[in-house]
Amino acid sequence: MVMENGKILEVKDLAVSYKVYEGILKVLRNVSFYVLKGEKIGIIGESGCGKTTSMKSIMRILPTNALLEGGEIYYKGKNILKISKKEMTYLRRHSISMIFQDPSTALNPVFKIGPQIYDIVKYSSDRRLTKSEIHELAISYLKQAALPEPERILDSYPFQLSGGMKQRVNIAMSLASANDLLIADEPGTSLDVTIEDQIMRLLKSIVEEKHLSIILISHALGTVRGFVDRIYVMYAGTIVEYGPTKSIFSNPLHPYTRLLIESVPKLMGKKIPEGIPGVVPSYLNPPLGCRFSTRCPFKMDICEREMPQVYEAEDGHFVACHLFRKEGS
Amino acid sequence: MSTFKFVGKSLAYSIISLIGLSVLVFVLARVLPGNPARAALGPNAPPEAVQALMQQLHLNEPLYIQYWYWISGIFTGNWGLSLYTHRNVLLDVEQFFPATLELIIMAGIIDLLLAIPLGLLAGKMENTYVDNIIRVLTYIGIAIPSFVVAIFLQLIFGYGLHLFPIIGELSPGVTPPPRITGLYVIDGLLTGEFNVVVDAIWHLILPSFSLALGPLAQEARILRSAVVENKNSDFTLSEISHGLPDSIITTKYLLKPSLIPMITIYALDISSIIANAFLIEFIFNWPGISRYGLNAMLSKDLNGIIAVVMIAGVLFVIANTLVDVIIGYLDPRSREEVSD
Repeated sequence: MVMENGKILEVKDLAVSYKVYEGILKVLRNVSFYVLKGEKIGIIGESGCGKTTSMKSIMRILPTNALLEGGEIYYKGKNILKISKKEMTYLRRHSISMIFQDPSTALNPVFKIGPQIYDIVKYSSDRRLTKSEIHELAISYLKQAALPEPERILDSYPFQLSGGMKQRVNIAMSLASANDLLIADEPGTSLDVTIEDQIMRLLKSIVEEKHLSIILISHALGTVRGFVDRIYVMYAGTIVEYGPTKSIFSNPLHPYTRLLIESVPKLMGKKIPEGIPGVVPSYLNPPLGCRFSTRCPFKMDICEREMPQVYEAEDGHFVACHLFRKEGS
Repeated sequence: MSTFKFVGKSLAYSIISLIGLSVLVFVLARVLPGNPARAALGPNAPPEAVQALMQQLHLNEPLYIQYWYWISGIFTGNWGLSLYTHRNVLLDVEQFFPATLELIIMAGIIDLLLAIPLGLLAGKMENTYVDNIIRVLTYIGIAIPSFVVAIFLQLIFGYGLHLFPIIGELSPGVTPPPRITGLYVIDGLLTGEFNVVVDAIWHLILPSFSLALGPLAQEARILRSAVVENKNSDFTLSEISHGLPDSIITTKYLLKPSLIPMITIYALDISSIIANAFLIEFIFNWPGISRYGLNAMLSKDLNGIIAVVMIAGVLFVIANTLVDVIIGYLDPRSREEVSD
C-alpha cells in the first residue's frame, strides 16, 4: 500500500452521469480532489451540485442508473474503481465509512438499533467475536458517540429516538468501520442548529482523537469554517476553487465563491443579502464552457466556449476560472 | 406496548367483527324472498303442515328473537336443521368443512412459499432478464382466473403427463386415516400413516396451486416493488457501506421491511382464495363444503346458507387477525399506532 505524498485518497478527473428518462444527466465533470492522512477537508456547494454523487462514487454505492464515464479514485495507492468486490468490502469494513445526511432514513426502520449495530461490529472485526464481546464493543461505540443510556438505545427502534440521537447512532456505527477515512455527508443539515453544533463538535473530537481523515460535506459555509483544513468549492458538478480554509474565506477568488460568501445573512447586517441570481444549469444540457457562466457577473466570451483550467493564484490556493488565466497559457 | 396487549387488542377487534358479521348474515338470509318452510315441504303440502313447520323453525317470531334462538344455538351445538340433508347443520359442517380448510391452508402456504422468493429475486435483479421473466409470469398469473388455471393444470399435469391426480382427496385404494381433525394430512401425521400424508398432499397440489396462483402473482409483484424501493434507500446504502455481506442485507435487512405491503395484500387475497375455493372444489370434485353450500342456496336452506357464509366470514376474520399480528411483528411502528 504505497501512498503518494501522504495522500490517503485522491480523486482524479471523475466524471459521472445519470441515465434518466429524458436523457443523460452529465453531473460530475473533471472532479479532482485529495485528502492527506489525518487531514480534514470540506466540500461545499449548493444542493444538487454533485457532492453526494462524488462521495457515493468513493464508496461505490452509486445507483444503478449512474454511469461512471471517467476518472480514477486512488485510495492508499489503489484504484478503488478497479479493485474486486471483496477488496472493496474489506475497505468498507475496516477503513472507510460514510455518515449519511438524513439520520431518519439511514437506519433500518424495522430493526432495533441493537441488531443493526451488532452486525456492523461483527463484520468489521478481524476475528470472530463472542456475543458478549460484540455487545461490549457496541456499547463502547455508543458511549464514544456521547449517547446516554446505551443499553436503552440498543433496545430501541429508530423511530423511538430523536434526530440527534439517530445521527449519534450513525456516528457510533461508523466508528466500528472507519479506521482511516470518514465521509460525513451533511451530518447536521437535517437537525436543529444547536444539535447540529453538538454533532459537529462530536465529529471533530472523534476525528482528532482517532487521527482520522475526514471529508465533510456541507452547503453551509459556517459549518465547515471552524472544522476543516482545506475547502473545495463545488458548483454544478465541477470544482471551481480550492485551498486552505483561511485563504478561501479571506480571499475568495472565484466569482461563485465570492457571491456565496456574500450571500450568507449576517446577524448585524442591515438587510438580507440578495443571493446569487439565476439557477443551476440543467445537467441534461449543461453549458459547454464554464458551468457558472450562465450566472456569472464577470462573464467573458471565452467562458461560454471553454471549460476553464485550474490556476494556482496563491500558494496552495487554486481556482478554475478564466479571469485568472495567466498570460501565454 | 407489549406484544401480549397488542395481540389482545387484535383479538378484541376480531370478535367485534364476528358479532357484526353474524347479525348481517342472519338478517340477509331472513329477508330473502320465499318461504323456507314451503320450499322444504314442497308445493303440494297442506297449509297446516307449512304453518306447523314455521312454528317449529320459529319463523313466525320477530327477527331479534329468531337471532337469539340462532346465536344461542350456535354455542350449544344446535346449528338448526338443514332442510336439505335433514340433520343438524353442525354435523354437515363437521363432515364437509375439513377438506375445504385443508385446501385453503395449503393454498395459503404455497402462495407465501412462492411469492416471497419470486418477489425478492425480481426486486434484487431489477430490469434483468430474470426480472422480466418473473414479470411476464406474474402478469399471466394475475390475468387468468383460477378455474381456468385449474382446467389447464388438470389437462397438462394430470391428463397429459400423469404426474398428479385430477380429482378427489385420496387415491382409490387408500383408506382415510382415523378421523381426528378431519384434515387428512394432519390426521395422517398424528396416527403415523405417512403413506396417507403423502397421498393427501399429492392430491392437494393441483387444486391448491390453482387457488394460489393469482394471489401469489400479485403479491410477488408488490414485494418486488417494495424491494426495489428499499434497496435504493439510505439505510441499505448505509448497510452496504459498512461492509455487511450481501446475503445478510438481502435476506434480513431488505426482506423484512419489504414484506409489510405484501402481507397486507395477502390478508385481502385470502378472501379471494376462500371465494375461489367454491369453484375449484367443483372442478376437482373435492368433497368440501362448497357443494353443500351451493345446494343449500338452491333449496333456500336458511341454516345451511348461514352456516356456510359464517364459516367463510370466520375464516376471513381469523386470517386477518393473524396477518395483523404478523404485521405487528414486522413493523414496530404499527404496534405503536394502536397504543394509547
